[in-house]
Amino acid sequence: MTADQYTPPDGHLGGHTDDQPDHTTHTDTHTDPDDESTGGDEGTDGTPGEIQYTDSVEENLTRHLMALKMDLATRAERGGVLDIAFHEVDSPVGRLLLAATAKGVVRVAFEREGFDDVLETLAEKISPRVLSSPRRLEPVARELDQYFDGQLREFTVPKDYSLSEGFRLAVQQHLTDIGYGHTASYKEVADLVGNPKAVRAVGTACATNPLPVVVPCHRVVRSDGTPGGYVGGLDAKQTLLTLENEMVSGCP
Amino acid sequence: MNMQEPFERAVEQHGATVLRVCRAVLGPEADADDAWSETFLAAMRAWPELPEDTNVEAWLVRVAKRKAIDLARARSRQAIPTDEPPEGPAPADHPDAEGLWDAVAALPERQRLAVAYHYLGGLPHAETAELIGSNAEAVRRATADGIKGLRRTYHTDTSPKGAPR
Repeated sequence: MTADQYTPPDGHLGGHTDDQPDHTTHTDTHTDPDDESTGGDEGTDGTPGEIQYTDSVEENLTRHLMALKMDLATRAERGGVLDIAFHEVDSPVGRLLLAATAKGVVRVAFEREGFDDVLETLAEKISPRVLSSPRRLEPVARELDQYFDGQLREFTVPKDYSLSEGFRLAVQQHLTDIGYGHTASYKEVADLVGNPKAVRAVGTACATNPLPVVVPCHRVVRSDGTPGGYVGGLDAKQTLLTLENEMVSGCP
Repeated sequence: MNMQEPFERAVEQHGATVLRVCRAVLGPEADADDAWSETFLAAMRAWPELPEDTNVEAWLVRVAKRKAIDLARARSRQAIPTDEPPEGPAPADHPDAEGLWDAVAALPERQRLAVAYHYLGGLPHAETAELIGSNAEAVRRATADGIKGLRRTYHTDTSPKGAPR
């Protein structure tokens, strides 16, 4: 059935099927509806009907492939070969890319970071067995929704810090100590990790946080109270700080 | 250097081609879907060890042909050991051959199977005959008819685009 549907797109281009009418007989029943109009050119001028038919065939194929892909992700997960699942969600700070290993959430990325680049880095640094699959990201997507609704103050989903190491990792793990609605200066965080001189390195650790929002690097600000930089852009940082501030002071 | 490209891209870029290959061998039904899944699952397993300069489409088409033929064998409930089928002329390794897969899929059932098993799967007519419950001579004829049909439909469909004959 589907095979038959594939013929029309090109069928109207080859209007010379009447060259060999004898040889077409035993396949005619099966194939190209255009064959019925072999006698003349009336079927060859690309009526709108034909074009819609072509589109819907392609749409069917696209839909079918999407279903196959979802099934593939499920089977890959079950077979233990889905090293990294990813999914995109909308949020008040723009579209976010979420990625998780079997251990936990491994990456949250802002659109300005370039999702293609982010996926490439994940493939290089962790594993190229990367597939789009919403299921593994459901828990973190749900917590993000609750967070942006002001209903969640601390993320509880398992985190995978595979992308970080050394001092940066130590800093990022300490960021969760800064409570919801509070801020700390880069200097204070440097003190917190027991390396008071490493203010710049703290800045770098925040800028390379693989799990922004979930690990609250947005709560680290300059000593003078101005926000400082942010991987998701200054607007995003301000949005997050304002949201938390309003929830804490109880006046949204 | 081994493959570092996210596997997602291989599925995006070659999913449709692999489905065409599977349908050419197995018809447009659920068996082709199974072969598609088997192909990409096996590919995903092997992906990190694949050399970076692999022609991914040609590789996937080869895997798909093998999976589809294996499935056809299983479907015919014949416990023929699944040693690797020899590489056939394999015109579909050529990236421009999408139209050819569709043309194969559009052939009448027996011709499609005969052509697919012999030319894509590299099986001798006698083995194809066992698979589809026929004899070698009938399969040889079905193959010849199928090729004749392909010459007609594939040429007609593609010549306006200037595809090679």
